[in-house]
Amino acid sequence: MATDLHRPVKETLAPDPRSAASAGAPEAAVRVAGLTRAFDGRPVIDDLDLTLRAGEFTALLGRSGCGKSTLLRVLAGLDREISGTVLVPRRRAVAFQAPRLMPWKRVWRNVLLGLPGKPERAVAEGALAEVGLAERAGAWPKTLSGGEAQRASLARALVREPDLLLLDEPFGALDALTRIKAQQLVAELWQRRGCAVLLVTHDVDEALLLADRALVMREGRIAYDTPVALDRPRGVGSPGFADLRARLLTELGVEGGGGVEGKGRAHGGPGAPADEKPSVAAGPSGPGPAKAPDESSAHPRHGDAS
Amino acid sequence: MTISHAPPPPGLSVAPEKSSAPSRTPPDLQAVVPASVRRSRLRSAPRWVRRAVGPLLLLALWQVFSATGVLHPDVLASPGTIARAGADLVADGTLPAAMGVSLQRVVVGLLLGGVVGTALALVSGLSRLGEDLVDATVQMLRTVPWVGLIPLFIIWLGIGEAPKVALIALGVAFHLYLNVYAGIRGVDAQLIEAGESLGLGRWGLVRHVVLPGALPGAMTGLRYSLATAWLALVFGESINADAGIGFLMNQAREFFRTDVIVVCLVVYAFLGLTADVIVRILERLLLQWRPTFTGQ
Repeated sequence: MATDLHRPVKETLAPDPRSAASAGAPEAAVRVAGLTRAFDGRPVIDDLDLTLRAGEFTALLGRSGCGKSTLLRVLAGLDREISGTVLVPRRRAVAFQAPRLMPWKRVWRNVLLGLPGKPERAVAEGALAEVGLAERAGAWPKTLSGGEAQRASLARALVREPDLLLLDEPFGALDALTRIKAQQLVAELWQRRGCAVLLVTHDVDEALLLADRALVMREGRIAYDTPVALDRPRGVGSPGFADLRARLLTELGVEGGGGVEGKGRAHGGPGAPADEKPSVAAGPSGPGPAKAPDESSAHPRHGDAS
Repeated sequence: MTISHAPPPPGLSVAPEKSSAPSRTPPDLQAVVPASVRRSRLRSAPRWVRRAVGPLLLLALWQVFSATGVLHPDVLASPGTIARAGADLVADGTLPAAMGVSLQRVVVGLLLGGVVGTALALVSGLSRLGEDLVDATVQMLRTVPWVGLIPLFIIWLGIGEAPKVALIALGVAFHLYLNVYAGIRGVDAQLIEAGESLGLGRWGLVRHVVLPGALPGAMTGLRYSLATAWLALVFGESINADAGIGFLMNQAREFFRTDVIVVCLVVYAFLGLTADVIVRILERLLLQWRPTFTGQ
């Protein structure tokens, strides 16, 4: 496997996400059905179904303790105390919130750790160059800054050529400026590699800047599922951004979340559900709320709040 | 910011300098002196010079007390006498021979105890089953003061080299066991999980994550066990030795030769110090990934 690390990414894996979605049934990168994970009899993931398409960038949002990190650990194969069906690509990689580099291995050895065979240092340097860290290949992890360590951790994930990249709040511990750069880097890497990405985060803006699709997890299942059909490159000022942001914040239980910005406020009136739909409906697969039965009753309450 | 100010009453003009300026004394300024200026001559001296000052002062004080008669030679010989006795012992070959014998005991005991202690720690650190079988037993035996086993060792092993080496090995094994075991169990679970997510198997995890992670603990254990080894050597040699530094000391005691006793103590200390230096070098080589606070 070490030899094919730098071959060009296959065409089928590097599609324009939207064209892939419209091309009918793209192959699934993750298929989860009836997944349940309980801690001491208390289900954290409760009969969850989820399909991630190959090459798709999905953001998984949720309040702390909603089970989103547990789901990521299950998909990573780190948590096997589960019931249900979980199909994940054989080649998958994780980047955690903390970089989790082995402090006793130089950066390039960290990148190569766990790869089969005896890959050359050049392989690691290639991956490190991709994240702009080539010159620190020989450094000890403890001498890296937070942003550098996180990039090294990304390189370690990417060198595995994953079909599924799992990101567990990878920007959470970074300062605001470093975070922006790291987000841009991840967007770039994803566009180049075309692997499926699942980004677990509690930052709605981050999700909307990066993802094709946003999921909200609540009470152990996917409570809300919406495409993010914004043109790239995106900014917080992109058309439709504020609406989607307000909608997601509402789904996350933050009342009047969109009210900080003028745009969000415009849609925050009593007629909110009706106003929100157009922005969501701009996506390729029709109106956003995929699992709506219990949602419609909740809307008026959210509308009142702002 | 108009919130915090009440509007002035109409017709009253407020003179701003009247309210704040007179009561305000200029702040007392203090110069921040660069560290290089403040450093005294002693602080700018090389580190080893600074470290040598204390012991040298103590030695000088001792010599003064001996020379003025405050310290009687039968209580404690003067540094000068001790140096002469040391030189004599080296010249006639007694001391090098005794050192050789003692050193051999320590090395053999250290190797034996080290292998046993580390092996047990690996067994109980790396597997649940091993932990259940080994740890409870070792923890139970650990509560027995190992020095108290000397009489038993003499009965079992006679009065030759065996009981002395066994005593050293025992002290070393316990220390290494405890620290290596704690080191293994103290390895960050997040790193182990990261290793798993990178596709490392059980052996890969042990080799790339667990053992390197346990190394700092193992080095601490090595330091402790070296200290214990010298202690065990002193105990072991104080009974029924016919060679070695302890034997030399016992002989000196019979003739009230405090100078020879001190020479032997100095030799013990010197050997202990050498061992410590070796561990330091080992640490610097093996733990260079660990940034350490060096003080100012």
